Amino acid sequence: MKILTGNDLRSGAVTWWNGSGWSLFVDDAVDVGEDAEEILAREEAARRVNVPYAIEASIDAAGHVRPAHIKDRVRALGPTVRRDLAVPTAQKTGWDWVI
Amino acid sequence: MYRYDQYDQAMVDARVEEFRDQARRRLEGKLTEDQFKPLRLMNGLYLQLHAYMLRVAIPYGTLDARQMEMLADIADKYDRGYGHFTTRQNIQYNWIKLEDCADALADLATVEMHAIQTSGNCIRNISSDHFAGAAADEVVDPRPYAELMRQWSSFHPEFTYLPRKFKIAVIASEKDRAAMRLHDIGVRIVKRDGEIGAEFYAGGGMGRTPMIAPLIRDFVPIDQFITYAEACLRVYNRYGRRDNKYKARIKILVHELGAAEYIRQVEEEFAHLLSVGVEPPREELARITEYFAPPAFVDGPKAVDRSDPDFALWVDRNTHRHKHDAYVSAVISLKPAGGIPGDATSEQMRVVARLAREYSFDELRVMHTQNLLLPHVAIRDLPAVWQALDEAGLGSPNMDTIEDIIACPGLDYCSLANARSIPLAQRISERFAETGRTEVVGELKLKISGCINACGHHHAGHIGILGVDKKGKENFQLSLGGSEAEDVSLAKITGPGFDEDGVVAAVEKVTDVYLAQRSDGERFLDTYRRIGMEPFKEALYG
Repeated sequence: MKILTGNDLRSGAVTWWNGSGWSLFVDDAVDVGEDAEEILAREEAARRVNVPYAIEASIDAAGHVRPAHIKDRVRALGPTVRRDLAVPTAQKTGWDWVI
Repeated sequence: MYRYDQYDQAMVDARVEEFRDQARRRLEGKLTEDQFKPLRLMNGLYLQLHAYMLRVAIPYGTLDARQMEMLADIADKYDRGYGHFTTRQNIQYNWIKLEDCADALADLATVEMHAIQTSGNCIRNISSDHFAGAAADEVVDPRPYAELMRQWSSFHPEFTYLPRKFKIAVIASEKDRAAMRLHDIGVRIVKRDGEIGAEFYAGGGMGRTPMIAPLIRDFVPIDQFITYAEACLRVYNRYGRRDNKYKARIKILVHELGAAEYIRQVEEEFAHLLSVGVEPPREELARITEYFAPPAFVDGPKAVDRSDPDFALWVDRNTHRHKHDAYVSAVISLKPAGGIPGDATSEQMRVVARLAREYSFDELRVMHTQNLLLPHVAIRDLPAVWQALDEAGLGSPNMDTIEDIIACPGLDYCSLANARSIPLAQRISERFAETGRTEVVGELKLKISGCINACGHHHAGHIGILGVDKKGKENFQLSLGGSEAEDVSLAKITGPGFDEDGVVAAVEKVTDVYLAQRSDGERFLDTYRRIGMEPFKEALYG
């Protein structure tokens, strides 16, 4: 699947396209298929996201969205060395899938 | 230490307001990211993996208690309660919001600090010997010369858009504690026949093409010092490559021209500039130098009570000989076993500020090794200083040991990284601390970079580790034999890389070889240089 990610313009926080807006949680990401370029251009122009880009991802057996590249998996939860600063869902999803 | 005059303060204040307006226009959509990016970078604001990152300049690593307290306040007010001290003697905050950034810069300006030229293709923060002004072996305090260079290079209209970033280090002793020859320009202040001058090296650097800077002039009279630097930069600015960012650093120009031709062109430009007269007046250097007058040292005890072995170990490991025999410089380790190299909480920063005020003439240094330093501590005060540091988690006795690891932020924070550096540093320091091998191994400088840009100085590590991406997995190349000191050398790769577990084990194997082969008094690096790579390769891959 293809999903969209970027950073919030004001806070810089990592965000994921959920079909109608930008979520802090990777599990909210939706498959955008062929619409990636159109959504990216529209959302960046509206300043709802900063430097967004499309990435490959998959859904695991438990239904969690998993970015294909390690860099985006680290982005999804936060620094692996400061788990106290992770996004709130990290406690639920665990860290095993990141590295 | 140097204090801003009205011009310095006016420039910094004006830049804050300029950036405030730029950020406002970005948030209102009047600037695109492409338009805004070079503006934010000129003010030290990056966009990293998880958030914006603000890099604050600490010129030649010198600051006072008031400034350190402000750094702590910034961490609490605008970030998440901590900061990361870097290999350029700066500090980085990892969670700054764009909408808060101008306010953070305004707060910094109230204590004569800023983030200008901590990014972009300009002359970056001038670095120096962290023991400057205190070291027993220095010819003079190098900081007035570094400060003169800071003033010359700040907002220099000709050097705002160089082919690539440009890093300068200034030292003043035979010992090199600033990786001087791994800089674009390295300057060693020297004394010849009683006259102060400068030795210039140009074309060094780490990154994807590491090079050791050759000597390009062995003595520049100090009243022509800035003129010569300007000549070096002019030749680079004119002929440095702008078509390929990977070949744009001055090291490539010096290498491709050859040192002799680069020197010829610099000398030609130097002669021209001497006729124009670009050197700041001598009075300016004299004015700056007055700010660096030595503190009022007083006589006192020259030895400590060594009855507490923990304290004695810390004194042996973490203090450095001072020019006044009743004082030492005390290294504050930001490398607890299993910790994140270079990170300090706001509370730790405040402890350090208090100690500087009470015990070190209100002076602090940031070391390029990602530690902090109290430069002037009376030997009689060492027990109190150690106790306070220990209580704050800052008393690890590990300077220059395998636990004193330089590690870049790596893939945990950095958008350029291919692999994580910090977890490796944590595992290695923990392993050696637990097994008690740190003291047995002695001096061993281990440096880890999470990508080829080499912010973790892996090329200059006695043991270096470079993280790479191997088919989507972290992989680590091991290298041996580097040094950033006066015996400068570049490390050589041992062979195929390792996964995370493998590279931790590999570091242990390498130290096993060293312990088995070392002669009396040899450091790891000495043994490596004597026996060569083969015994290590045999242990790793044999």
